[in-house]
Amino acid sequence: MVSTLNLYSDGFPKMTNTINRLAVNSKVEIISNKKIGAYHLLLLSVGDIARAVRPGNFIAIAVGDAEGSSSMLLRRSFAISRAIDKGSDGGIIELVMSPVGRGSRWLAARKEGDQLNIIAPLGTSFGIPKNPVRALLVGGGYGSAPLFGLSELLKSRGCRTDMVLGASTAMKIYAPLEGKRSVSSLTITTEDGSAGIKGRVTDVMREIIRDNEAEIIYSCGPMGMLEAVQKIAHEGDLIHQCAVEESMACGIGICMTCVLPVTGDDGVIRMLRSCIDGPVVDGDRVVFGSQRQIPSGTWGSL
Amino acid sequence: MSIDSFDYTTTLGSARFTNPIFTASGCASSGKELSQFFDLRELGAIVTKSIMLSPRSGRPVPRMAETPSGMLNSIGLQGPGIEYFLENDLSWLIEKGATVVVSIAGNTVDEYGELAARLRGVGGIRALEVNISCPNVENRGQVFACHPDTAHAAIANVRRNIGGDVPIVAKLSPDVTEITSIAESVVNAGADGFALINTVLGMVIDTKAMRPLLAGKTGGLSGPAIRPIAVRAIYQVHARFPQKPILGMGGVASGEDALELIMAGASAVSIGTANFHDPLSTVRIKAELREELMARGFDSLRAAIGIAHKENVL
Repeated sequence: MVSTLNLYSDGFPKMTNTINRLAVNSKVEIISNKKIGAYHLLLLSVGDIARAVRPGNFIAIAVGDAEGSSSMLLRRSFAISRAIDKGSDGGIIELVMSPVGRGSRWLAARKEGDQLNIIAPLGTSFGIPKNPVRALLVGGGYGSAPLFGLSELLKSRGCRTDMVLGASTAMKIYAPLEGKRSVSSLTITTEDGSAGIKGRVTDVMREIIRDNEAEIIYSCGPMGMLEAVQKIAHEGDLIHQCAVEESMACGIGICMTCVLPVTGDDGVIRMLRSCIDGPVVDGDRVVFGSQRQIPSGTWGSL
Repeated sequence: MSIDSFDYTTTLGSARFTNPIFTASGCASSGKELSQFFDLRELGAIVTKSIMLSPRSGRPVPRMAETPSGMLNSIGLQGPGIEYFLENDLSWLIEKGATVVVSIAGNTVDEYGELAARLRGVGGIRALEVNISCPNVENRGQVFACHPDTAHAAIANVRRNIGGDVPIVAKLSPDVTEITSIAESVVNAGADGFALINTVLGMVIDTKAMRPLLAGKTGGLSGPAIRPIAVRAIYQVHARFPQKPILGMGGVASGEDALELIMAGASAVSIGTANFHDPLSTVRIKAELREELMARGFDSLRAAIGIAHKENVL
């Protein structure tokens, strides 16, 4: 694994504390808010902020009416699915969200022209190879959203990108038409068989890896899926970059609620903040299955 | 009254501060993360997260639940330990010119003393906040701040070991029947003032999983939901010890909120959960509080401290 790390030109997760040097707190306008299947697609007019966004970065949005006195104190964090840099007038950030909680339902109800208080871009981004490689992109639910922008970037660097998307049912597959064009092949799996192959992403991954001689896996989705992808990446000795999902309170590294155990270069497991040391981390380093327990041997565990 | 002639300075014991708005311990990490949004020198002080002797992984996730106008957290004092803190975080804050209040927390009475001894003579520490709302591992995990005798023992050991002129403020828990009796015990132990209040113990049940949502089961409630509890505690303690300064905190999200705490008796105000919503909340509240004071005809912050205790002010 170590020999392949020099493939990356930027964005490789560092094991030390970093700060989001390019993050800006700003009020921005909603350009459009569309319902797509089970999800909402939001386009925000963000000006120059779009230029700083890399695939894998996220955005933290304040929710609730009445600026500064909302009863919902915590920002909601969403992966940025695409950033379009058109200079200070036209920069756009796109995100896909699932209106399942109070805050995301409030956000889903916003109209074109409404203002949002955002902080972006935040977190680490997917590492981009210097040389063309064959990549497999794996997404669960709307976790596919940031993978299309990533695919566009990889293709522009001459990479082959195959994509596997999985969800419980067809309504929960997020695969816009222009996104489909950005990939070399797209395989869909649903647990109920309502779209694509009946089953899970991991049921089809091995075959696609073998047929396309994939060298690197990028994944984004629920933690259970990332754990299953990690196993396959590990057995094939593939590089695996995954964007993790932990609930966050602040998104900027001060609240310490979104931690996950990650093994460092020194072999020591540390509780890292997924907002600032992630969300994109080396999949092989994440100690999965650690909800409600600290892995034994973790630095500073009792 | 112009902004230039308004006296915004405040003191906690012998420590002076250019203005009364601080970060709250545990809500600004080491300061680096907020420094990209504003110059840390803008604030009266940065109160560090509570430093312990050894590195701590903290508790497992889920560590957080949002509640109406509040937030429940169970972080478990994750941190790198005093050694790393002194070499990295504290020296960085000093280099940036920030005014620093160091918060410490121990598992035992001895650890409080040892932490104070490690900080003795270290430059750049304006004051010490002693977080005694931690479980005492030598006494069935009972929280130091919940009993006058253990609160006294922890503070007395800090006082003995810190030496010099560094003022000590004891951070008290509101989860007690009579907060003034705890306040009295820490004054007798040598505390120069108080930090009021720590979070309020709470719990959220995940009704789908049918068990406590947080991995640590209980958590500390913070945010505007607890502000009236903070105002009450500050008012009671200031009434009992009007000469002892109070660093007030608890759900402050605006200048007017901060003013409530000042009028109840706080000499300075820490901003905690509001930082999670708005990383610029401290600098905003600093400007708002000054406006609120000036709008009421005050020519200094100090003139407003504890004014709610006086009769026939208007």
